[in-house]
Amino acid sequence: MGYCPNTPDDIREMLAVIGAGSVEELFSSIPADLRARSFDLPPGMSELELTRHMKEKAAACGADIVPFIGGGIYDHFIPAAVDHLASRAEFYTAYTPYQPECAQGTLQALYEYQSTICRLTGMEASNASLYDGGTAVAEAALMSLRITERHKVILDASVNPLHREIVSGYLHSLSAEAVQVEPKGCTSDLDRLMAFIDGETAAVIVQSPDFFGNVQDFRALAQKAHEHEALLIVSCYPIALGLVASPGEMGADIAVGEGQSLGNPVSFGGPYFGFIATRKRFIRNLPGRIVGETIDHQARRGFVLTLQAREQHIKRHKATSNICSNQSLCALRGLIFCAALGKKGFEELALLNYDKAQYAKSVLASVKGVDLLTGGATFNEFTLSLPWDASEVVQRILEKGVAAGVPLGRYYQGMEKALLVTVTEKRSKDEIDRLAVLLEEALWS
Amino acid sequence: MELIFEKSVSGRCGVRVPLSDVPKAPPLSEALRRQEPVRLPEVSELDLVRHYTNLSRRNFSVDTNFYPLGSCTMKYNSKVNEDVAALFAGCHPVLALLPGGESLVQGPLSLVHGLERQLAEITGMDEVTTQPLAGAHGEMTGIMVIAAYHKARGDNKRKYVIVPDSSHGTNPASAAMAGYEIVTVPTAPYGDMDLDLYRKAMNEEVAAVMLTCPNTLGLFNPHIAEICAIAHEAGALTYYDGANLNAILGKVRPGDVGFDVIHVNLHKTFSTPHGGGGPGSGPIGVRGDLVRYLPTPRVVRREDGSFAVEDHPEGIGRVSDFFGNFGIMARAYAYITMLGREGLIEVSEHAVLNANYMMARLKEEYELPFDQTCMHECVFSASRQVEHGVHAIDVAKYLVDRGFHPPTVYFPLNVKEAIMIEPTETESRQTMDAFIEVMLEAARLARENPERLQEAPVTTPVGRLDETRAARAQQVCCE
Repeated sequence: MGYCPNTPDDIREMLAVIGAGSVEELFSSIPADLRARSFDLPPGMSELELTRHMKEKAAACGADIVPFIGGGIYDHFIPAAVDHLASRAEFYTAYTPYQPECAQGTLQALYEYQSTICRLTGMEASNASLYDGGTAVAEAALMSLRITERHKVILDASVNPLHREIVSGYLHSLSAEAVQVEPKGCTSDLDRLMAFIDGETAAVIVQSPDFFGNVQDFRALAQKAHEHEALLIVSCYPIALGLVASPGEMGADIAVGEGQSLGNPVSFGGPYFGFIATRKRFIRNLPGRIVGETIDHQARRGFVLTLQAREQHIKRHKATSNICSNQSLCALRGLIFCAALGKKGFEELALLNYDKAQYAKSVLASVKGVDLLTGGATFNEFTLSLPWDASEVVQRILEKGVAAGVPLGRYYQGMEKALLVTVTEKRSKDEIDRLAVLLEEALWS
Repeated sequence: MELIFEKSVSGRCGVRVPLSDVPKAPPLSEALRRQEPVRLPEVSELDLVRHYTNLSRRNFSVDTNFYPLGSCTMKYNSKVNEDVAALFAGCHPVLALLPGGESLVQGPLSLVHGLERQLAEITGMDEVTTQPLAGAHGEMTGIMVIAAYHKARGDNKRKYVIVPDSSHGTNPASAAMAGYEIVTVPTAPYGDMDLDLYRKAMNEEVAAVMLTCPNTLGLFNPHIAEICAIAHEAGALTYYDGANLNAILGKVRPGDVGFDVIHVNLHKTFSTPHGGGGPGSGPIGVRGDLVRYLPTPRVVRREDGSFAVEDHPEGIGRVSDFFGNFGIMARAYAYITMLGREGLIEVSEHAVLNANYMMARLKEEYELPFDQTCMHECVFSASRQVEHGVHAIDVAKYLVDRGFHPPTVYFPLNVKEAIMIEPTETESRQTMDAFIEVMLEAARLARENPERLQEAPVTTPVGRLDETRAARAQQVCCE
């Protein structure tokens, strides 16, 4: 039942070696009054019954809905090689590479992952991944507090609202302050953000493309932050980095983001991975695992977990973070995804997303009563204004099997009519055209 | 082995991107555009497949090697769990948040709720949240819940969290991230937190005490109920680190004993694969008044039997983006459902039997600092081998040469030269016997030919690596 191989004969002989009369005797150090008062679980199932049970659940998971939803999690194509290679049990049934000689597979892959993240973000040092996008932004905020020894972070409200909630929770626990700056319409208010930066600011946190879809230029913001010795933290969408200027090019000190779009399925919210990368001078303030290159006594190249003096198993409560794992397998998927597409494919993929979204923008904005709220540059998401409550419209279109977008009223006061639409390379022209028809019907018939 | 970047040939491509079916759009402005394409490798699909297949062969793993890594519960990860978790790959989490979307995702919502109920029954807690993404993340979430509880009562004087010196490093680190100062209580000669010193450390400025039971020596602490009572008397709460839950499934429920908050590592006790260091999953369970402080959102069951996502306004907010690492949760749910009540009890019984067998057979050659019946793991010391110049790390590296993943070494910190062995319930006596033979051989070699151990490993692609050089060079990505 529990995948326990030992037979009654084995058990008898083992107990004889131990010198115990029964298995129960081995639990005799547990006082009787501490024994479980209940353990009310149903009997087990066979593999066949379990598979049927799970298929029933999976049949009701909305997998046939055509998604024009994103908001941080994206439905991208995943090449078959990603699944096949990440399903190698030598990768997925190993643990943290504590013994590097028998873990060079994982270690080298993570080194290649770190190199890939640095190249994507234009940064110099990446860790071996964090839990997810939201906690990565929060860890970046904490990192800025450590580096600057200040207690205030300025948070652009056009950063993903789920991520902002997580950042606020983390900072609140440490009695640090998160000042949120509301957007101007559907665009970051860069002038106000700059006006808030002062000598007590640890960092400014912004996102591009932001939650409304805008691709932004943060060069002036970076300069202003640096004048006050504050850091610029840029949260980014890795697929967009095939086309848009990297956080490094924008002058960011820390680049973070949700890595899901790189080869990880949407899978009802996880597992995904967060990435974080920075300038080399801040490497000792990075949270989590880092893999470094070294050699053995015969000068053969090898890889090890390095700079561990930052981590909880050595520093305990003085560690840079409590994190004691990474999302290795998800990061591995990200790495294989990037390598499978390669230099040319990655750029083409980004362009395809861009072109499809631009097409969708023009088609949807020409529906009667619909306007574009993100008038500037966007990547594969944009925000529309509808003539009335976007929630009702989305619900009506959802009944036709299409998720038209994310209504923004839930996240921003006064934006009940705003709809965030996402178009990845997987959405065909026909699907986009159909969305326009469904939108028109939902609004006017 | 070469890096994937070193195999790159300009102009070569792997996976083909689909052709566009829409018109070309006007380009982004120069200022917003990336100046050069990302320098990703240019390799064929076969190059790619061979590279990562060959890399995987440079790993030890549960599927290829016995992996008795103490405290990590490296049990077998059944294949059916991989398959059933993949059934949900295409389910977008944002669907659940759309108006009218809940009805489309009843399957996964019922799974989240079902797993929470299973874990509540297994641990004896009232409610569980699956949101935390790893054990340490669960610890931090649990301590944030405790902080919210004290704060809501206007009890603002509590600024300390007590941990034993033998605790996992994550305990103090998590409590520090949740804003607390740490008080460390030493271990008494009998192997558990010193009760007298604990009593002295407990007062009305303490928010919580964090404990692992069985402790990191693999011993069951018979005083845990008393430890809980002392904390509660002072108005503090009790936190149970579920790292070692595999030992007590069906035998002890932390909630019954008096713990207020618990985290569970699905990747240990509930058989989800460790993934080379993650993803894990660290749900937390709480009792009584603490339920209201759990993170938002909650998956609830309505009276008509359907499932809904609800905001949890008094809670500590959000600790991860959605409902937790769903793919991992699906595997754990499948494991618990398939094993059922009897199967889970069998797990703890066989885990404890295997560990005691290992202990009985090795204690003649290896120093056993706490010689008593252990739970799911046992901790030896290589102190006798040190007399011959052989350290725990040398024994570990020799095991690698003989095809075994080493036990955890140098943890817990309160045992010098610690060797911590956790066989888990899924290993057969024959596998353990083979491991034991090599351990005994290592003890003999330590006396007769210590160099053989000191130069190990010699069968791996690289020998012992220069960690100091790595830390100094800080070469963490290729140029």
